[in-house]
Amino acid sequence: TACPIQGHGGREGTHPGQNTSPSQGTSSGTRTPDPPESRTWPLIVFKMAGADGDDSLYPIAVLIDELRNEDVQLRLNSIKKLSTIALALGVERTRTELLPFLTDTIYDEDEVLLALAEQLGNFTMLVGGPEYVHCLLPPLESLATVEETVVRDKAVESLRKISHEHSPVDLEVHFEPLVKRLASGDWFTSRTSACGLFSVCYPRVSSTVKAEIRQHFRTLCSDDTPMVRRAAASKLGEFAKVLELEYVKSDIISLFTALASDEQDSVRLLAVEACVSIATLLPQEDLEALVMPTLRQAAEDKSWRVRYMVADKFSELQKAVGPEITKNDLVPAFQNLLKDCEAEVRAAAANKVKEFCENLPEDSRETIIMSHILPCVKELVSDTNQHVKSALASVIMGLSTILGKDNTIEHLLPLFLAQLKDECPEVRLNIISNLDCVNEVIGIRQLSQSLLPAIVELAEDAKWRVRLAIIEYMPLLAGQLGVEFFDEKLNSLCMAWLVDHVYAIREAATCNLMKLVEKFGAEWAQNTIVPKVLGMANDPNYLHRMTTLFCINALSEACGQDITTKQMLPVVLKMSNDQVANVRFNVAKSLQKIGPVLDSNALQTEVKPVLEKLATDQDMDVKYFAQEAISVLALA
Amino acid sequence: MAGAGGGSNDVQWCFSQVKGAIDDDVAEADIISTVEFNHSGELLATGDKGGRVVIFQQEQETKGQPHSRGEYNVYSTFQSHEPEFDYLKSLEIEEKINKIRWLPQKNAAQFLLSTNDKTIKLWKISERDKRPEGYNLKEEDGRYRDPSTVTTLRVPVFRPMDLMVEASPRRVFANAHTYHINSISVNSDYETYLSADDLRINLWHLEITDRSFNIVDIKPANMEELTEVITAAEFHPNQCNTLVYSSSKGTIRLCDMRAAALCDKHSKLFEEPEDPSNRSFFSEIISSISDVKFSHNGRYMMTRDYLSVKIWDLNMENRPVETYQVHEYLRSKLCSLYENDCIFDKFECCWNGNDSVVMTGSYNNFFRMFERGHRRDLTLEASRESSKPRAVLKPRKVCAGGKRKKDEISVDSLDFNKKILHTAWHPQDNIIAVATTNNLYIFQDKMN
Repeated sequence: TACPIQGHGGREGTHPGQNTSPSQGTSSGTRTPDPPESRTWPLIVFKMAGADGDDSLYPIAVLIDELRNEDVQLRLNSIKKLSTIALALGVERTRTELLPFLTDTIYDEDEVLLALAEQLGNFTMLVGGPEYVHCLLPPLESLATVEETVVRDKAVESLRKISHEHSPVDLEVHFEPLVKRLASGDWFTSRTSACGLFSVCYPRVSSTVKAEIRQHFRTLCSDDTPMVRRAAASKLGEFAKVLELEYVKSDIISLFTALASDEQDSVRLLAVEACVSIATLLPQEDLEALVMPTLRQAAEDKSWRVRYMVADKFSELQKAVGPEITKNDLVPAFQNLLKDCEAEVRAAAANKVKEFCENLPEDSRETIIMSHILPCVKELVSDTNQHVKSALASVIMGLSTILGKDNTIEHLLPLFLAQLKDECPEVRLNIISNLDCVNEVIGIRQLSQSLLPAIVELAEDAKWRVRLAIIEYMPLLAGQLGVEFFDEKLNSLCMAWLVDHVYAIREAATCNLMKLVEKFGAEWAQNTIVPKVLGMANDPNYLHRMTTLFCINALSEACGQDITTKQMLPVVLKMSNDQVANVRFNVAKSLQKIGPVLDSNALQTEVKPVLEKLATDQDMDVKYFAQEAISVLALA
Repeated sequence: MAGAGGGSNDVQWCFSQVKGAIDDDVAEADIISTVEFNHSGELLATGDKGGRVVIFQQEQETKGQPHSRGEYNVYSTFQSHEPEFDYLKSLEIEEKINKIRWLPQKNAAQFLLSTNDKTIKLWKISERDKRPEGYNLKEEDGRYRDPSTVTTLRVPVFRPMDLMVEASPRRVFANAHTYHINSISVNSDYETYLSADDLRINLWHLEITDRSFNIVDIKPANMEELTEVITAAEFHPNQCNTLVYSSSKGTIRLCDMRAAALCDKHSKLFEEPEDPSNRSFFSEIISSISDVKFSHNGRYMMTRDYLSVKIWDLNMENRPVETYQVHEYLRSKLCSLYENDCIFDKFECCWNGNDSVVMTGSYNNFFRMFERGHRRDLTLEASRESSKPRAVLKPRKVCAGGKRKKDEISVDSLDFNKKILHTAWHPQDNIIAVATTNNLYIFQDKMN
């Protein structure tokens, strides 16, 4: 055989390959999987392998050897093909030799361990199916104690995955003891890993074991190290979901209360997340007594990080506690968060303004917004911190749909205007990008009278990035405002940008024209834009003359053959005599660009002679681009 | 000072070990720049000007000698930092290790942070006692096998081997400091730490290297208005939200990270009013704080300035609860100490395991202990002369003036080139590590 490695698969008629998923149920040890890719093989191996015919072992032998290669990349490759190795070894040897070896390899680099942890989650069939799945526990257990969080998390994820493949008996005999060992481990790494495993075994074990699991979880919630308490707090909600309601009330609530008043704020803030899940699980009548005291306390926590978390989770909390509690408790809490002394908290709360208002009970929504929320929002508009203002600007426009036309005009428009004139560009941008939702509510006339002057002002802003941002919204505005309105108010702006002194603006303006033509059509272009663009061809500034060419490049396709041939082409051809070489070679580039739009007659009779002349230009670049155009347009 | 005793409960300090070269010719790279016990005291790390970290491990107590504690022997040595050059600023970045801090133990391996002026590194020190054996295609020595002899697959097997200690760099926290890093401190939340330079304090997550949060910034808009710099910073041992930093003006600010994301506004300011009678040209220089350390129980903190050690109760800002003079006899020598730059020496200080005794260094290879409850103090010397095994250290006394008594040392004969800047106390036991220029002395109490 020419290549022993490619040969073997065909001969056997099977092609398990590296993608063989365990669920396909291959338990035969005689199959020969694919070789690893991108390897340089020792030459001798090729030769000898081909000679004696038993070539199938070599790729696997190399893979196994490379499990302990000095090069991390090779080890990683081998680990990623672990299923191939296991297939070749067969289930028996995988269990008795490969897994013990892997259990001891925890000294390796993180990336190798991470890959290993992931592989083992899909290994059930490779060790002989669910009956033997517990053989995977030892290597995963040792991976669940390494110092790198990503590796531990992946090991826990794989453990959770294979827990479902354990029979109820195996779960109690093998899996649950592992969870206990981890939960009572000496080092906090193993105890943090245990926290993520309770919820997967709890539903499937006997009530005695359930009681033990609850006890272990309780212990970890009051662990000495904050790492473990944090892990427990972050899994509290998930664990609560699998518990019987009576235990949620008796066990989980007390743990929740304890974690929510932990001495470390890094633990307390995680209890806020758990609060959402717990509140969802409890019947409405229990919420007041069991959850609300803790939530109120969190919303007023001494640490800003905890209050930040409350603000950040506010919409979820609002949904979890329901409309009544929202009205009585969350509204004042939200007001306080909007007025918090820490800017981070105010910004997080400001981000939630729209969502919070949307989700208020319909019967009292408007009253609450008008009398409680809006006053706070008004203050945030002139906040000292730009992140707060910017967060508000990104959602404030959404209030207009909720409040309707009259309220928007009376109360919101002044706020929009103020933000539109904010000194911070990000704030202004956030307002402009949401103009459309206001348009829907108050209509175009209203919008034009109130907001347009401010937009026009921004279009002439001294900072080019602000102008650039406005340009990018022009097609959107044009679509919303209609052609008539656009011509009246915005067209002159769009033309002014074409002669901006910043290239990026001129370029964006060109692109903007193309989009406008796509929206308003060729006829509109012919009447309003093309004359102005072509007029610039006689500008004394060569940069402006070039802009004409760039515009033609962008517009020719949208304007169509007629306009391009009759109006644009003559101008381009005339410019081939420009005294500036940059203009001349851009003429060549333009001709190449608009060539496909022109009819073949014009191409042969008008374009070709000009390009031929340019091809003999004294300037190297002009020559080059003219020749390129000739060959692309096939005029040679 | 009563008898030969010192420290708590009349400890008799005796020599245990000395590490480092004996010859007087000291290589610059060998100068010890930091000393730190880990949380159990089983390991002792030193850093030096050459960028190396040496870790000593305490041997298990030998059965035949119940009265002696295990000796510290070299466990691991590694090059933590290399000299670098900042091409943008045309500045050399020294490899000198400014600080070492151990992380709370999280698994069988040990972790420490080490820093030079600019870059903080997280090191893992782990043991390996097994190695894989068995290749398919080659012999253990690397020779390729005749592949035709390979007829079955071999899975490698781990076999026991001689214990090997590996130090591997796990994270590099770089590019966050414009000025020189003087302190690092691990938070009691086990997931963050701070690093402080002359003007700023940054907060890091131990697992994230590409982002840190600036929490304190005292840089004035105009650098000509600069009047003070940060000299040291530390987290509270169990309140994860509390940190303190000391300044060159002799003040200590306590910040509560709960109050705001930026801690530019302190919540407490510890400052002792200046004694007008002691006012001199050097007042400001000698009041600069060179080290600040919380007590283990978190109730007190200790600061070291040029001439004294002060203990502050966290609940009392207007003056220290205790002040100990380290070498008051130098007050008359400040002028010459200024001329030879000694006045800018940064002495560190440390607490014993139960916060009853504090220790700090001085000149002439003397170091001082102050027993808090009894208001007793002790001067000891780290020297080759007294380095006989289990020899009890003789207390030293400096004669401030007048007639010199027998055994007293005159101020004028003190050697200012021999200074003890770095000392460490075992977290539980009466074992101390004292760094002279390039030697590390380990002393312990005499066990009877």
